[in-house]
Amino acid sequence: MFIKTINLFKKKPERVKILKVAITSQGKTLESKVDPRFGRAGWFVVINTNTGDYRAVNNQKSLNANQGAGIQAAEQVSREEVSALITGNCGPKAFRTLMAAGIKVYYGTEGTVAEVLEQFKKGALREASDASVDSHWA
Amino acid sequence: MALNLTVAVASGKGGTGKTTVSANLACAAVEAGYRAAYLDCDVEEPNGHLFLKPCLSHRYPVSVPIPEVNGKKCIKCGACQEVCQYSAIVKISKTVLTFDNMCHGCGGCSLVCPAGAITEKERPIGIIEKGSAGGVSFIHGRLNIGEAMSPPLIKAVREADQHVNLTIIDAPPGTSCPVIAAIRGVDYVLLVTEPTPFGLNDLGLALDMLHELGIPGAVVINRANLEYNQLAYDFCRERRVRILAEIPDARRVAEAYSVGDLAYYAIPGYREIMKQLLTSVQREAIG
Repeated sequence: MFIKTINLFKKKPERVKILKVAITSQGKTLESKVDPRFGRAGWFVVINTNTGDYRAVNNQKSLNANQGAGIQAAEQVSREEVSALITGNCGPKAFRTLMAAGIKVYYGTEGTVAEVLEQFKKGALREASDASVDSHWA
Repeated sequence: MALNLTVAVASGKGGTGKTTVSANLACAAVEAGYRAAYLDCDVEEPNGHLFLKPCLSHRYPVSVPIPEVNGKKCIKCGACQEVCQYSAIVKISKTVLTFDNMCHGCGGCSLVCPAGAITEKERPIGIIEKGSAGGVSFIHGRLNIGEAMSPPLIKAVREADQHVNLTIIDAPPGTSCPVIAAIRGVDYVLLVTEPTPFGLNDLGLALDMLHELGIPGAVVINRANLEYNQLAYDFCRERRVRILAEIPDARRVAEAYSVGDLAYYAIPGYREIMKQLLTSVQREAIG
């Protein structure tokens, strides 16, 4: 009887949680340079950190926006269901949108997408608690 | 005499003399028997009052309607986000965020919301002041400090126009949204320029803008000086645009300006230039 109770509390084997990360990039591959901008970044490279699979998402729509590029970019990144974003800078509106989407923001801009990803995995990037730059508007 | 003529004074480059031309032209118009209004639509930095020195009699706030989302009624469909051209409202995971200072106040989101979850509240952006200055009906807008959304206030200044038969609009500089808001639908535009390469480059952009809007216009050369005038003549000939007046580059004009005097009254010869300009505008605009 006692043993049975313990079994009830035993954890079922959990499904491996997929951790997807988006990195702002000047190009479409892991060898591309990181884009220090968020709203007006060229591309987002979305990487599955478990499998290493990745795909590039075009940020053309936000790039061409007159205003609100950061908000649109954040909205697009959230559609990719990532849990973290790595970029160079992030304004207040983009940051607010990313927080609402439950996406953690990390600042890191040195080198290629692959290099930044490696730093992220090692825990070398700091998690942002606020926007890093002021709004372009008001 | 024409009825309800609206003339805007604009320029590509800033600081070319829009306020000088429009304020002095308003004086000339009153002297010529017009019931004239001067509208300072450069609401980010209105300065016409420094020269016209109006007695202000009315003041009221202007605001834009912005959305307020009732989270309980909202069905998270994202229709509001789809219709918004300015990313002022965005559905993100299970919430809807609004960005008040991005909103142009079109009301689209509340119209398309199928759940009736969006109501509008007012966000003040500036004030309008009205008065009179030596027979000129004076109206200007003052945009709140730090505010980026000037077109709704500019439109409100134009709507505040009283019963006059000649309206002179002092437009903001440049060729972007605030300028469009100030000049759309006017009968005629005077583009003030300096005869310098920089001035003429921006004059070219302003001419392109007029062409796009289909508004007739002509050029006024301010700070005309012999060294550079030929540049302006060549440029205007090439662009097939008339030069209606030349205001000489004179230290006395700058001195009058620096103490807030209208050149129209302060400097001999200036009155004639402005009267002549008014006559030319009448002729060109009514044609």
